[in-house]
Amino acid sequence: MPKGRVLIEVERCKECRLCVNACPFGVLRISERINSRGFHPVEAAVPEKCTGCTLCAIMCPDVVITVERAS
Amino acid sequence: MAKVLMKGNEALAEAAIRAGCRAFYGYPITPQNEVPSYMAQNLPERGGVYLQAESEVSAINMVYGAAGCGVRVMTSSSSPGLSLKMEGISYIAAAELPCVIVNVMRCGPGLGGIHPGQGDYFQAVKGGGHGDYRLIVLAPASVQEMADLTFEAFDLADKWRNPVMILADGLLGQMMEPVKFSQKEPLAVEKPWATTGARGRRPNTVNTLDIVPESLERRNYALADKYSRIAQSETRWQEYKTEDADLLLAAYGTSARVARSAVDMARAEGLKVGLIRPISLWPFPSEPFERHHGKEFLVVEMSMGQLVEDVRLAVNGQGTVHFHNRLGGMVPTPREVLVKIKDILLGGEGQ
Amino acid sequence: MKQVFQRPESLTDVQMHYCPGCTHGIIHRLVAEAIDDLGVRESAIGVASVGCSVFAYDYFNCDMQQAAHGRAPAVATGIKRVLPDRIVFTYQGDGDLASIGMAEIVHAAARGENITVVFINNAIYGMTSGQMAPTTLLGQKTTTTPQGRSIEANGYPIRVSELLATLDGAAYIERVSTHDPKHVRQAGRAIKKAFQTQLEGRGFALVEVLSTCSVNWGMTPQEALDWMRDNMVPYYPLGVYKDSARKEEAAHD
Repeated sequence: MPKGRVLIEVERCKECRLCVNACPFGVLRISERINSRGFHPVEAAVPEKCTGCTLCAIMCPDVVITVERAS
Repeated sequence: MAKVLMKGNEALAEAAIRAGCRAFYGYPITPQNEVPSYMAQNLPERGGVYLQAESEVSAINMVYGAAGCGVRVMTSSSSPGLSLKMEGISYIAAAELPCVIVNVMRCGPGLGGIHPGQGDYFQAVKGGGHGDYRLIVLAPASVQEMADLTFEAFDLADKWRNPVMILADGLLGQMMEPVKFSQKEPLAVEKPWATTGARGRRPNTVNTLDIVPESLERRNYALADKYSRIAQSETRWQEYKTEDADLLLAAYGTSARVARSAVDMARAEGLKVGLIRPISLWPFPSEPFERHHGKEFLVVEMSMGQLVEDVRLAVNGQGTVHFHNRLGGMVPTPREVLVKIKDILLGGEGQ
Repeated sequence: MKQVFQRPESLTDVQMHYCPGCTHGIIHRLVAEAIDDLGVRESAIGVASVGCSVFAYDYFNCDMQQAAHGRAPAVATGIKRVLPDRIVFTYQGDGDLASIGMAEIVHAAARGENITVVFINNAIYGMTSGQMAPTTLLGQKTTTTPQGRSIEANGYPIRVSELLATLDGAAYIERVSTHDPKHVRQAGRAIKKAFQTQLEGRGFALVEVLSTCSVNWGMTPQEALDWMRDNMVPYYPLGVYKDSARKEEAAHD
């Protein structure tokens, strides 16, 4: 059970990559899918490594990421 | 309530306070200085806010803010100051914010002088700022009207959610005449649109930006519709000895006082002369001119000829429109107007 | 799992129009979080300026007014004076605040106007496609300084925080940045403190937030953050330039 989890509103993502760069554990990556705005939204490539540290969400200009942490 | 001898500017300020004006944002400029100083002296102790802004540009934007909160708010200035306020006035008209804007005109252009003038007519009634908008423009011709029209301006502003301008001049502002203040209760108007803090309701927004042409066009047509409704119910003027007149003088403000004396002098010499005095400069009173089609008209102004254009439009070629003016702060005298009247009626001199 | 990060209530659900990676979006969130944390959403009245953030009235979930270019501090003054118990803030870019609106911001600060100003310094005019701003750095290329900003032609970039900190009416002035999570968190604390300053009636509060404009700088979002760290921060040092609360504490010690 990973310590944390990220929920991504894929339609709002603008593929700016700031979250990918901010994640210390390489959890996120740009997906192959395309959203309605024509961007490849971000996705959790290695969700099990997520600790719920919220660094990705802090750097997201469009508040696309909600973060949960195991209580 | 007894009459009080008061300066025009101060009577105007007193009337505003009695009308429920609770915020005044101003800036020094002659010849309206008594308005802000009267407000600074009296508004705070009567539950209002007075602030001298860093410029007329800031002052009109402070008015925008307070008006957006639904507060009765006023600013005053003189000609050059109004030029600086034009952008803000366009915003206020576009956002449909009620407020009162006073212009105690001085002679221009440029820095001009500090004596009276009427050269801001076009700026006031045709929209000196950008885009299509209208202000209700009221022109007092006495200290009593400085008070009465200002008092009423606040009700008109709230009734129509539109800025109202008092277009006076330095002479009306500086002279003293007896004045009685209205005992009427100010109109109480609900303002659910105001930005007072979204407590228990959805947020309100005061905004004039709309980059979608279809919806901005709808907003413009809605404004146009409002303006035509205002024209139907708020147009006002005064006629003096016009029933049998062969020659109709047309003038507002100080020029109307002079014209009225000239009418009396002409009547004393058996000449049938009358005066049409627009009180609302916008909406412009065309009806009295249409009713006298075929007559002669003489427009008296302290400008190069601005009101005269609207008179020509109203006369619509049905009669000759003559013009007499003084400039640079010079005020026409009844005698010189009488000479012009005689030229027209007796001398057969054409326009 | 417990939610530890979500969209603040004081941000509407409207998707923001900003370019990918534009830190305006981050700063909007920080302002909204401050308003949420202090529980003042229902008494907040924001004033949007003219620039990329002109649409802020669509993004903040509180009463908003949209002001003419440069005039937000005057509009905010007009509001605060008639509704002194509301929380009034402006959100302005560097063209709006430090160029056309310089008189307004200086006098609002000099008056000690009890408002909160969120000042976004991205060293360029963004909305109008990349012209020089008062904060454009020397040598920085823009559409109106094609050879790079020069002292001879354009003079020196203005350090607004230091400028306003000389005014006694200023109660709290801090400059922060958004180039990495640590600094974004610090910016959030500063913005909250600026709102707190207003709540305590201390007077004028302004937070200058260094921000990116990747499209007009011609960089990727990440390159822009790094360029800001390496070029803007040295010229615009971060830190607290005025804090009347601390001065008061010092006075008591």
